[in-house]
Amino acid sequence: MADRNFSASHLPGFTQIALLVFALLYLPIAVLVVYSFNAGTTSGLWEGFSFRWYGTAWQNDAVQSATLRSLGIAVSASIIATFCATLAALGTTRRKSFRGQTFIYVMINQPLMVPEIVTAVALLIFFASIKVATGYQGLGYLIAAHSAFCIPFAYLPIRARLEGMDLSLETAAADLYATPWMTFRRVTLPLLAPGIIAGAMLAFVISLDDVVITEFVKSGGQDTLPTYMMGQLRRVMTPEVNAISSVLLALTVLLLTAFFLLTRKND
Amino acid sequence: MSAAEDSRDKASVRSAWLLSAPAIFVLTFAACGPLLIMLVYSFLTKGQYGNVEGVFSLEGWRSILYSEDIFDPGVFVWADAHLTIFWRSVKLSILTTLLTLLIGFPTAWFIATRPPKSRPLWLFLITIPFWTNLLIRTVAIFEVIRNEGVINTVLLWSGLITVPFQITYTDTAVFIGMAYVFLPLMVLPLFAAIDRFDMRLIEAAYDLYASRFAVLRRVILPIVRPGVIAGSILVFVPSLGAVVTPRILGGGKNMMIGNFIELQFGQGRNWPLGAALSMTLLVIVTVALLVYVRAANRETSHG
Amino acid sequence: MKKLLTATALLLATSSLASAEGQLQLFNWGNYTSPELLAKFEAETGIKVTVTDYDSNDAALAKIEAGGHGFDLVVPTHQYVPIYAEKGLIVPLDLSKIPNHANIAPEWMDVAWDPGRTLTIPWQWGTTGIAVDTAVYSGDINTSDVFLNVPPELVGKINIVPEMNDVVNLAVMWAGGEPCSEDTAVLKKARDALLAAKPNWISMDYGATEKMSSGEWKASVNWNGSTMRIRLALPTAAYGYPKEGYPVWMDSVALLKDAQNVEEAYKFLNFIAEPENAGMISAFARYANGIAGSEAFMPEDMKTAPEVVIPEEFKAAGKFIPTCSPKAQEYMTAIWTELQK
Repeated sequence: MADRNFSASHLPGFTQIALLVFALLYLPIAVLVVYSFNAGTTSGLWEGFSFRWYGTAWQNDAVQSATLRSLGIAVSASIIATFCATLAALGTTRRKSFRGQTFIYVMINQPLMVPEIVTAVALLIFFASIKVATGYQGLGYLIAAHSAFCIPFAYLPIRARLEGMDLSLETAAADLYATPWMTFRRVTLPLLAPGIIAGAMLAFVISLDDVVITEFVKSGGQDTLPTYMMGQLRRVMTPEVNAISSVLLALTVLLLTAFFLLTRKND
Repeated sequence: MSAAEDSRDKASVRSAWLLSAPAIFVLTFAACGPLLIMLVYSFLTKGQYGNVEGVFSLEGWRSILYSEDIFDPGVFVWADAHLTIFWRSVKLSILTTLLTLLIGFPTAWFIATRPPKSRPLWLFLITIPFWTNLLIRTVAIFEVIRNEGVINTVLLWSGLITVPFQITYTDTAVFIGMAYVFLPLMVLPLFAAIDRFDMRLIEAAYDLYASRFAVLRRVILPIVRPGVIAGSILVFVPSLGAVVTPRILGGGKNMMIGNFIELQFGQGRNWPLGAALSMTLLVIVTVALLVYVRAANRETSHG
Repeated sequence: MKKLLTATALLLATSSLASAEGQLQLFNWGNYTSPELLAKFEAETGIKVTVTDYDSNDAALAKIEAGGHGFDLVVPTHQYVPIYAEKGLIVPLDLSKIPNHANIAPEWMDVAWDPGRTLTIPWQWGTTGIAVDTAVYSGDINTSDVFLNVPPELVGKINIVPEMNDVVNLAVMWAGGEPCSEDTAVLKKARDALLAAKPNWISMDYGATEKMSSGEWKASVNWNGSTMRIRLALPTAAYGYPKEGYPVWMDSVALLKDAQNVEEAYKFLNFIAEPENAGMISAFARYANGIAGSEAFMPEDMKTAPEVVIPEEFKAAGKFIPTCSPKAQEYMTAIWTELQK
């Protein structure tokens, strides 16, 4: 019977494929980091080891403010998007189908269905008229635009998690006279957490990646890291961009390590 | 239906709308609402130097399918260039979705079956590369697959090949690049779907069923179906509208639909055609999506 | 969470003060503005210049036309200047506020797109020609045949810069027409040549500076400044001026109608027409600038560079692409679509 003993964590080949995927995932990243130490002026031709581009990036105000702006927008937009998406997922899953359900579903997924350039031009025209009417040209427009296109990315994982989530625990809680809010906080939310985290991470990453919509919505002095790099792409892309990305990567890894060490202690 | 049941249903519908309200508000303001502008634009005359003029015209819609031969005024020809571009986009997007599903499923499974403590770590490992921006990631992929890149260098050095593989500037490069770029969009929803299930149930099921295949089909697939649906949508649709990856990895020789629409709003100066093309794409994708979701749901309920 | 909200609120608040005193908003091509130039300007005038990037003339035009952008100055390519002017997006300059206007070189003073130079101050100008690694191909490079009848040595190794105006007009001039031609016989010849040559091209992409320096490409339809950078990394690279005709272009700075920092903008316009400062602009992006006397302040290697100083025998073939008529534009787009389908 020993060979009939089934372990879900060891489906044949799955571990190998997964590890290979992780390796391939990090291969371009490794190349990117290596080239950040390139002494030459292009990211494609290795001319020796140097910290030159870290120095340039450190002194480049434009790059630094663009990076901070990108992060600020991504944090704000992913919070807003995840909040809206979680509520919408709770509202549209696990209930009798009703008129308008398809409408809500299509509405939420709409940003996925249109190429970015179209949304970008539409938003340019719409927001520009608001900008002219109100005189406000701040980052609010970029945050609103990013929140909107991040919603479907946050919504789908949360919905996938909710669908078929075991109802019995919630019913049990309700039977024990827990208020709906308590049931939600103590039972539903913890069960939903992995979906919410997955959704929030997707939203964050998607916001951080956006070029086209940002390019059209931004006002004066609102370059994000991607639009800054897009401007470089046409002329010369120096390893400076690699250096910034490497620093961001290192920061991410440091933060996550700290996070894990701390939560481990608390356990 | 009793009156009590009826009012409960009504309350449920009301709460559904209330809960969806914030999302609908944000989307109306910053996505769907402005898109109506595009719908209007598709029925206007193109401006001399881009933009539109406020004169009604069906030219934008007509020129999607057939247009006046530029060298033969008066003769209308089938716009085969548009169809070629459209077909290439659909083909590459389907391939991308299949590839990400093929490698994303084992990866998500692997993460979901790690001990609970290390699971978040693996999840983060899958997203960390995506904290670097899409553009630079795509450029990095280029560095890996180019003729003097890591892969070709290793293959040449090992003697497996004598001439470097020309991967860059082909449809293959676009497809590989999109699969790389969109992989977490597949893995995360899959993970969310797999993770909620008790693995012991599968193990128990395995004891009851005869083969691995039966377990996969009868037990695992129904569980992960919502994740597969979500992941496929998240990969397929953005692939269809991709602009940056085809431009950098494909070398710009062969457009995808996103590039073609971009051309109309840029150097092509034909906004109505661009608007009409995007509306067409929107309708096709919506219909495909609805059919797909309906079919998937029906299968689940027959389960 | 609370902190985050406060931070967000701050972020929102500060960015709406963009038009404060001592500020200037410049909307320019990416990686085109020398940071040293801006530092010098700030040291001299106390005005802080914020640069925002764009990567295509049409995107910039669409954005400016929509309004509410917050920019003071924009740097369009010459054929876009009449469009901006016709749409009323830029205003004539008050030349009394730009004493350095007189420094503009005579040949750049009375140009077709801006007679008398009352709308724009030169930023940089250049040409679109052909960069070739002469170690791979040693034939004549001063002809569009290099990319339209690709020599065997370069098959599968030549790139085309994806600029519709430049590429189609190169082919039109090669076919014996004038830029922005509406002559269908010429256009047909140009289209057929482009379509026949396409299978021999490796790509239609930007980034020639990196990819030719690294040997990925052996030739490319390319801009002159970029080619000079390639030559500095790869000494066998050379720049060809197609004798059938090649595009010359100039990017110039214009004052926007809804500029909020007008006085600051004039100070900047005057500043960049100073030869020393114009020299700094050129030293950064490696293109010539159109200000007389600026050569003295350019790096040594630019003063004699054959990419920057057009050799006498090729001067006549250089042509400014005018603002094409809508009809000509339609022809170009149709050819371009067929080329990239």
